[in-house]
Amino acid sequence: MTVIATESLSKRFPRVTALDRLSLDIGPGVTGLVGSNGAGKSTLIKILLGLSPATEGRAAVLGLDVATEGAAIRERVGYMPEHDCLPPDVSATEFVVHMARMSGLPPTAARERTADTLRHVGLYEERYRPIGGYSTGMKQRVKLAQALVHDPKLVLLDEPTNGLDPVGRDEMLGLIRRVHTDFGISVLVTSHLLGELERTCDHVVVIDGGALLRSSSTSDFTQITTTLAVEVTDSDTHPDGTDALRRALTGAGVKLVGHDGLDAAGLPGAGHILLVEATGEETYDVVRDSVAGLGLGLIRMEQRRHHIAEVFRTEEAPRAAVAATAGAGQQKGSGRDEH
Amino acid sequence: MSTETGTVAGNDTSRIHNIGYRSYDGVRLGRAYARRSLYSQTLRGSFGLGRSAKSKVLPMLLCGVMCLVSLILVAVAIATPGMTKLPIKYTDFAIYLQAVIGLFIASQAPQAVSRDLRFKSVPLYFSRPIERVDYVLAKFAAMTSALLILTGLPLVILFVGALLAKFDFADQAKGFGQGMVSVALLSVLFAGLGLVVAALTPRRGFGVAAVIAVLTITYGAVSTVQAIAWQTDSAGAITWLGLFSPITLIDGVQTAFLGATSAFPGGDGPGAAAGVVYLLVVLALVAGSYAVLMRRYRRVGL
Ligand SMILES: Nc1ncnc2c1ncn2[C@@H]1O[C@H](COP(=O)(O)OP(=O)(O)OP(=O)(O)O)[C@@H](O)[C@H]1O
Ligand SMILES: [Mg+2]
Repeated sequence: MTVIATESLSKRFPRVTALDRLSLDIGPGVTGLVGSNGAGKSTLIKILLGLSPATEGRAAVLGLDVATEGAAIRERVGYMPEHDCLPPDVSATEFVVHMARMSGLPPTAARERTADTLRHVGLYEERYRPIGGYSTGMKQRVKLAQALVHDPKLVLLDEPTNGLDPVGRDEMLGLIRRVHTDFGISVLVTSHLLGELERTCDHVVVIDGGALLRSSSTSDFTQITTTLAVEVTDSDTHPDGTDALRRALTGAGVKLVGHDGLDAAGLPGAGHILLVEATGEETYDVVRDSVAGLGLGLIRMEQRRHHIAEVFRTEEAPRAAVAATAGAGQQKGSGRDEH
Repeated sequence: MSTETGTVAGNDTSRIHNIGYRSYDGVRLGRAYARRSLYSQTLRGSFGLGRSAKSKVLPMLLCGVMCLVSLILVAVAIATPGMTKLPIKYTDFAIYLQAVIGLFIASQAPQAVSRDLRFKSVPLYFSRPIERVDYVLAKFAAMTSALLILTGLPLVILFVGALLAKFDFADQAKGFGQGMVSVALLSVLFAGLGLVVAALTPRRGFGVAAVIAVLTITYGAVSTVQAIAWQTDSAGAITWLGLFSPITLIDGVQTAFLGATSAFPGGDGPGAAAGVVYLLVVLALVAGSYAVLMRRYRRVGL
């Protein structure tokens, strides 16, 4: 089943091309739309809502054509804008009730759904107070609530983590995950941070300059098998401790992953880290015993998961912009997998 | 669908607040209902209903003043022996109290449209079934209705008072009818102009000042120039000068067609032919206001 489909969708403004022949096929679940500033994320959302005509190409949301069936799409979809959109002088309850009625919910249903939805996004007593006094995190929750209040089939969330601190970010991402797992609503969420979407999304689409850079399922590149990063000291008998350990481990039948790739990535000190594929508890023992057997010092041995960022390093020429926004991911994961 | 890795982060928190999501299977009433809801919310809001106590003060006060003046006129009519009609014509009322009406539209039009623009809530409407035309029509109709309540209610009081005083029914009914037609025209004209000015000046406080300026400066200028024309014996110019301010436009139309006595210098408003021009200008301004509002919301949030 396809939730969002675009076919060589383009949007040109007099001076910029915001979307450049973008073809997407997005299924149910949580999909991340990643791109740096000006990549065309918000432009895509506005086209999907049927609010802005495409210059070229086609798009369908929930099987409805954006050019001709915009009204039907807007009945079934929720939208959270990237900018502030809340009046400060009314309470969250009043505001969300009003928005529910604008979506066609009868008065009683609008009140009930508002109470439920605000509770689900984690607003309790404060929902009766004027929005002007809310923290950024609370305002983002109200914005999310107004997008969910009419129980849409799909929500389009434009940079919901914008302006949030790390804790607020995690809470918002957890909430977004629940929108799909618990509420059964598909989600398209945009961000310019590649790293933050990998835990939340089933699928990530990366665009740059309005063109598709990559579209993959997160399970494709976020491996379930654990990788161990091992770093050892050198010793007099083994001037290159890393190399000695690699040989010992290979001899013991342990699989090593992508050591060469690390050099290519040019990470500082990368040449001294061995990435070992852990198949179970015994791998840890083999590594420990090999290190001890060679008389080397173990600097570290830690688990890491592959990060989306690494996938893009395998592209021949990752766009500088995306690489930069993926910086957070690079520090944590430094391996390269088979992609 | 959900991958192993994807749910890792979500799970621990979702266990804690898992309070059961209920989906909505009830009716969805669509555009017409949303438009009606927006209309009634805006209409109520222009009298401060559903808003803070503070926002009720001014509109209620202004409405009170209008009604109080009409009650005093009724009291005078009933208490004075030998009176056969009300102290003023129904069509005079809005002209005499134009300052009150001006204050009302100046304070409430920004409330109706500027907030959504200033706080960028407009995209939230247009991402729903409601469309631009629904939004503009609902706001326009609500503001017109609010003004009609403000200006019509005192006329109803006058009419009821006139009947209690046992004035000639046919006479009073005709005058009342003419007065209501006139204030209806005034309401739609003032609503249109007020909303346009407010929608073009969304900054806090500026809308109020701009609406007052449009109403009073044009009226001040027109009546001053008319007075000069009167003194320099160019009475012919007076008629056409009245086309340049909203309240003198209404004065012109009601003098030509609704049996009103003109407040122009010399009491000499337009005749039927010039009256048609007045009416056409009023209708053009109303249509123009609608067109400008539609344009104003064309690119909002896009
Ligand atoms: N109405 C418009 N007129 C002209 N250019 C526009 C308009 N809207 C967007 N653009 C341009 O289109 C490009 C894409 O903009 P868009 O807002 O979609 O980017 P984005 O990915 O949402 O960026 P951000 O992360 O900053 O929100 C930008 O270069 C922007 O300047
Ligand atoms: Mg954007």
